[in-house]
Amino acid sequence: MMVVTRSIGKRLTLLLAGVAALLSVLSWSMVTGLAREATQRTQDNVLAASATTIAETLRSEQGAVRLELPYAAFAMLGAISQDRVFYRVTADDETLTGYEDMPPPVPGRQGQVMFDTANYRDAPIRMASISRLVLAGDGPVLVTVTVGQTRDGVGAIAAELSQLAAIFSVAFFLVAVALSAFVAQTSLRPLNEIAAAVSRRGPSDLRPLYREAPADLAPLLNALNRLMDRLQQSIRRSEDFIAEAAHRIRTPLATVRAQAEIALRTVSGEPEKDRLRRIIRAVDESSRSAGQLLDHATVAYRTEDLARDRLDLADLVAQTVAAMEPTAAMRDIHLQVDGVPTPISGDAVLLESAIRNVLDNAIKYAPEDTTVTLGITHAAGAARLTITDQGPGLGDEPVDDLIERFKRGKNTESIVGSGLGLTIAADVLRAHGGRLDLATATNGSGGACVSLVLPLV
Amino acid sequence: MRILGLAIGLIIWSVTAASPLEIEDQRVFPGTSARVLRIISTTDLAVFEPYIRAFQNDHPELSIDYTVVSSSTLHGAIRAGAQFDLAMSSAMDLQFQLANDGYARRYRSGATETLPDWARWRDLIFAFTTEPAVVVINSAFFADLDLPFTRQELIAILRDNPERFGGALGTYDVRESGLGFLFATQEDRSSDAYWRLNEVMGRLGPKLYCCSSLMIEDVASGRLALAYNVLGSYATTRLEQDQSGRMQILQMQDFTNVMLRTVLIPATAKETDAAGAMIDMLVRLGLRDVAGDWPLPSLRAAGLGETTGFGPIRLGPALMVYLDPLNRRAFVTEWENAMEQR
Ligand SMILES: Nc1ncnc2c1ncn2[C@@H]1O[C@H](COP(=O)(O)OP(=O)(O)OP(=O)(O)O)[C@@H](O)[C@H]1O
Ligand SMILES: [Mg+2]
Repeated sequence: MMVVTRSIGKRLTLLLAGVAALLSVLSWSMVTGLAREATQRTQDNVLAASATTIAETLRSEQGAVRLELPYAAFAMLGAISQDRVFYRVTADDETLTGYEDMPPPVPGRQGQVMFDTANYRDAPIRMASISRLVLAGDGPVLVTVTVGQTRDGVGAIAAELSQLAAIFSVAFFLVAVALSAFVAQTSLRPLNEIAAAVSRRGPSDLRPLYREAPADLAPLLNALNRLMDRLQQSIRRSEDFIAEAAHRIRTPLATVRAQAEIALRTVSGEPEKDRLRRIIRAVDESSRSAGQLLDHATVAYRTEDLARDRLDLADLVAQTVAAMEPTAAMRDIHLQVDGVPTPISGDAVLLESAIRNVLDNAIKYAPEDTTVTLGITHAAGAARLTITDQGPGLGDEPVDDLIERFKRGKNTESIVGSGLGLTIAADVLRAHGGRLDLATATNGSGGACVSLVLPLV
Repeated sequence: MRILGLAIGLIIWSVTAASPLEIEDQRVFPGTSARVLRIISTTDLAVFEPYIRAFQNDHPELSIDYTVVSSSTLHGAIRAGAQFDLAMSSAMDLQFQLANDGYARRYRSGATETLPDWARWRDLIFAFTTEPAVVVINSAFFADLDLPFTRQELIAILRDNPERFGGALGTYDVRESGLGFLFATQEDRSSDAYWRLNEVMGRLGPKLYCCSSLMIEDVASGRLALAYNVLGSYATTRLEQDQSGRMQILQMQDFTNVMLRTVLIPATAKETDAAGAMIDMLVRLGLRDVAGDWPLPSLRAAGLGETTGFGPIRLGPALMVYLDPLNRRAFVTEWENAMEQR
């Protein structure tokens, strides 16, 4: 039994989709990070410019530090976003002007703008501060200008960009999934094609598979072909063996039968005669079985590389009927042939064997002094050879069971047979792309009506 | 933090020299329920009354307690945590600072969404009028003179006729009036003629005022020849009632300041829904297309399309520049030097 795990196509699609999802999330988080960084830098630049503009107005007048807030310092902050603005100017540790409770600036080198993030008045703010030494009354004073701004504008732009990136990522992901499915399907197509080619074959078609396949599939194809080759050889070996065995049995059996016949004529006691008759009958059964086994092996052998000769079905019927005429005559059975030329292609030996086996049944199972009809009709691209007899019919059992090997009906007690006749006929027809139809005659005689259906050429 | 807020409040008080809530006018418009919408405003009661009536038409259950104060008093009161549901002021800079410093409450509605970007800031502060600063003159003084339409011309006329205009000029006292300070600082920024004009006016001994209405009154009565930087909306209203026929409004062509009257919901508000409804009504009126007989002009009136071509003063952090104590002190000193030469 085969344990079915998840299909390669699905697994491949899922794998590729997983990779795509990972890439999508990665690119989204990268873009989001970059957007945040970029918007933050924009704000930093403006804050730095603002603080610097204020610091440039620092001077000392009459020993005191003086400054004025230039209009532009705040106008530029208002230009980038609607954010709240806070500021403070300290000289050493004393606040000169602005919001006294603003978070202290990070200490930095003189003239260098330092940035910091803090919470002020219930909102996160970004601050830029710059320090300068101003010479006032009793020495240099370190003056620090800090300008802060809330980050709503920056956050809004970053969020907008992040949302945009998210939409793009999702779109990218969807496209990637569609592409993955397509890719998986495309790359699996050769495999599916091989599978289809193998399953299209007839049950006994073990020829090697010759077809274009990607390099990756060559080992599989080779292995498959080698397996089929081995299988074919082993089948052939056993068939050879059966044929050989059948052949070997038949010759001594013929000798046994001839001796038994002679003995039958020479003995006089009725019990001995009866015993000899039973021997002869058993020998007949065995001989018939051996013959049919040989025929069956021939069918298997010849269908392997089936000949496709142009044939006329009517011809084949005529030949077979001619060959069977003596047997029929012995039982006073009249063979009525009713055929028009019907072109078919196939192996004449096999087809004849099929017709013979069916006709043999009709003659064998029908009562003496009856008629067997062989008729050829055409319908829907198929030729149909129907052999109808006036015998007991095929019985109540499911008729298709009779095609099975060694299966004989209940009406056969006294009639010699092996149960392989219909098997051979059905195998031959199947090899030719046709079939064997078993039915009861529709003319009311109750006899069997067996049809050999073959494709027309 | 609280101590600091107090400190800032103290600074503001010392600057404005105002005791808590120096009320100019107050009135309660009773409604049918106990709910009271408390409005603190710089807009004169007479001017705003029609709006209150219109609002109560739609919300008869609400009582409205309307308090008129100066813009700096309003600013100081809200900073000190006084409980009001709505703060309305003509001093954009002070209003902006309240919003920036976290004294305003966010509000968003279908009406506020329709406001153009320049008329709102962070859903905290909303403009509903555009009001230009104008010059009001008494034409008796200008009988034989060409009317000035730019500051240059005004400077020339004043300089050439010192005996006629001596003591007959009026303008805001920027130390007292928040709106006056806003107009002055914006003019300082936008027009280089401003300080020369101040110099000339200073030599003529100008009268300094707290409010537009008093200035306009004095022009109408002939006590003043000219009032500089007066609220156009008030002047127009007063002009309609003027019988002397000698009052005239001049709009400077070289540059005109356009102020936005703004409203915000203080963080201390209790009746926020009612306050929001009032904002919606004001915003809708601000965006009206036909002038109607409302006392205050709409946002469209002076904002765009008119001959001035000057946009309104921008609602943005730059407004806080002149509020900085150092800057303010420097500006006021310079202003005093120009204005008080005698
Ligand atoms: N024309 C027929 N009329 C009645 N029964 C038939 C007829 N043809 C076949 N059968 C039944 O089908 C069975 C199978 O037939 P099949 O030809 O395969 O075997 P067989 O005739 O018994 O043996 P063999 O033909 O190999 O010597 C027969 O045993 C018989 O019972
Ligand atoms: Mg048979």
